[in-house]
Amino acid sequence: MHKIIAKASLSPQIIRLDVAAVRIARIRQPGQFVIVHRGGDAERIPLTIADADAEAGTITLVIQVAGQSTCELAALNPGEAIANIAGPLGHPTELIAAGRALCIGGGVGVAVVHPIAQGLKRRGVTVSSIIGGRTREAIIFEPELRRLGEVIVCTDDGSYGRRGFVTDAARDALAAGGIDIVYAVGPVPMMRAVANLTRPLGVRTIVSLNPIMVDGTGMCGGCRVSVGGQTRFACVDGPEFDGHAVDFEQLMDRLTTYRDFEQRALAACQEGDCKLGRR
Amino acid sequence: MPAQAPEVRRANFAEVNLGLPERIALLEAERCLLCKDPKCVAGCPVGINIPRFIQLLTEGKLPEAAHCLLNDNPLPAVTGRVCPQETQCELECIRGYKGLPVAIGHLERFLGDWARGHAQRPALEAAPPTGKQVGIVGAGPGGLTAAGELARLGHQVTVFEALHKPGGVLVYGIPEFRLPKQIVREEVARLERAGVKILCNTVIGRTYTLAELRARFDAVFIANGAGLPVFMNIPGENLKGVYSANEYLTRANLMGARRSARAGTPILTGRRVATIGGGNVALDAVRTAKRLGAESATIVYRRTRKEMPARAEEVLHAEEEGIQFEFLAAPVAIQGDARNWVTGLQCVRMELGEPDASGRARPRAIPGSEFLVPCEVVIVAIGTRANPLLAGTCPELKLDSRGGIAVDEQGMTNLPGVFAGGDIVRGAATVILAMGDGKRAARAIHEYLRRPVSPARAPAERITP
Repeated sequence: MHKIIAKASLSPQIIRLDVAAVRIARIRQPGQFVIVHRGGDAERIPLTIADADAEAGTITLVIQVAGQSTCELAALNPGEAIANIAGPLGHPTELIAAGRALCIGGGVGVAVVHPIAQGLKRRGVTVSSIIGGRTREAIIFEPELRRLGEVIVCTDDGSYGRRGFVTDAARDALAAGGIDIVYAVGPVPMMRAVANLTRPLGVRTIVSLNPIMVDGTGMCGGCRVSVGGQTRFACVDGPEFDGHAVDFEQLMDRLTTYRDFEQRALAACQEGDCKLGRR
Repeated sequence: MPAQAPEVRRANFAEVNLGLPERIALLEAERCLLCKDPKCVAGCPVGINIPRFIQLLTEGKLPEAAHCLLNDNPLPAVTGRVCPQETQCELECIRGYKGLPVAIGHLERFLGDWARGHAQRPALEAAPPTGKQVGIVGAGPGGLTAAGELARLGHQVTVFEALHKPGGVLVYGIPEFRLPKQIVREEVARLERAGVKILCNTVIGRTYTLAELRARFDAVFIANGAGLPVFMNIPGENLKGVYSANEYLTRANLMGARRSARAGTPILTGRRVATIGGGNVALDAVRTAKRLGAESATIVYRRTRKEMPARAEEVLHAEEEGIQFEFLAAPVAIQGDARNWVTGLQCVRMELGEPDASGRARPRAIPGSEFLVPCEVVIVAIGTRANPLLAGTCPELKLDSRGGIAVDEQGMTNLPGVFAGGDIVRGAATVILAMGDGKRAARAIHEYLRRPVSPARAPAERITP
């Protein structure tokens, strides 16, 4: 059992949980994820390790409520526990050794960008971040990223920072030159847009993919993605890939496989015992 | 063997076979000729002393018979259900030369179940503690068998399981209707009572490396299974509605999709389901699809019924349940609609040619014979290949040409004290072969640990859940 040590609401739909996981907290590396299974009839879902405190033995999970499983996880309170957490899974991020990196995060993807930026900063890489969300409330991890370098905030509605998409700010940052690598994590259309932006400029671009997974150890193949025309399993071959080679359309399409189920389950969950829905 | 009626069972997940009544089991046992040179034993991958337990059965000494069986095979309630007896012990039975062989599998199951239900089930004698520690990677049939044997030999055993429940293929792969999960839970509980520690959610190669295990344990047994599902590399495999059998069965079995209103794991059911392959896994998947409500559930296999590697009883049961079979058919493409949902499986008709390396007739495509199997769900059950997770983080571990772990006659890898067995060595095989490997590895590990000087272990981090 993994006890919830702390909980915070980062935005109306995004919850941060600090969870006891001693071993994972000690060895996790940027880009790695865990499979979380709340227990009982719950689903196994992959969640990126947004942060970790090796001394306290906790990892930070950032959960966006999208379906029954995330709704139920988000309803957990300090003192309660998650039955099963397996990891750390996936290859660590390919971190450059020196130079300048641009980290671009959208929505809950900003939580995935954070450990990458941490890892880069630790190596002495100059980090600047562009993070975005629909509104001011949707912006997460801004103070954490500001500790690591310059941050540009974008909101779709202009309620905070620059009005517009992260890609608009990214276009300007790339035009200024000097960027050795781009890390982009967020909704699939955002990652695709960033990859399309950097491809003609020849700037290496790493994206972190979030396909549907069950076991997270390569056994089921449900997380298969097309990269450079080849089928790869995001759990064991990724989750990060060369953004210029990923078939984003297929990923987006496969992510809709259980949409009907998820929407029905989320509605039922929010009507029922899910504390988040009742608020 | 009494069974649930096909029209009833195809709508439920309860076990198909109901088990022999004691009276019938004793009558069947009487048919054994108690051969002096029992061929059945030679046909058994774990070498069960079959005539001996059958003889005890005929004498009505059920506790003694169960004790005898359990001494050779720790999981008789499992293997009595899932072993391909017709190609092993029963194939060799002298009775089978003229008429039916003794139903050894049914008798094994009868005794395994008897032992489960009886408190007077005799405990197997355990050796005094040796002070040696063995780490086992994978809580499937190979790992659990080795764990039981090693614990009996007095060693302290820790099993590392990647998933959240122990059992491996017995829980994620084989459906409830063929192997009730209660049996697996009981067997695991029995091992834990014998002092075996099982740590779930622990992925060797990620949570701990093999190097860390070697530093922590006197010996290691790797039985982490074959792992990665194989796809066919035909167009349309990434359409929505295409599953590997591993994924489909894991969703239905381990995750209990559609089993209750609360089940959080979804599964696509489909009015028509096509499953590609001719093995036990393909049959498990197609029969699960039927039980999840498919109107038509079809096996697509490139050879004929005769060449199907599945257990004969499962093929028979599938036929009784209304599973359709497209024999001599090979998929060439999966078709989808404008929104990328599966609409059908494009196949080509095959004919059988000369025998191939496996001794089975090699199928050849008949030009111009393409046809469509309309369906909403396609399940690919054509095998698995080695999972790279463990080996990928241990480059010094020697692999074979297929990415499996290479071992010597003792089951030892090129790393001293590190043994391996089951599917990670054999490629996709059977429960009983993995158990046989587990048993052999346990003996080899025991011999290895008895050597006068064990290699010194570095002080290592304590491994806890």
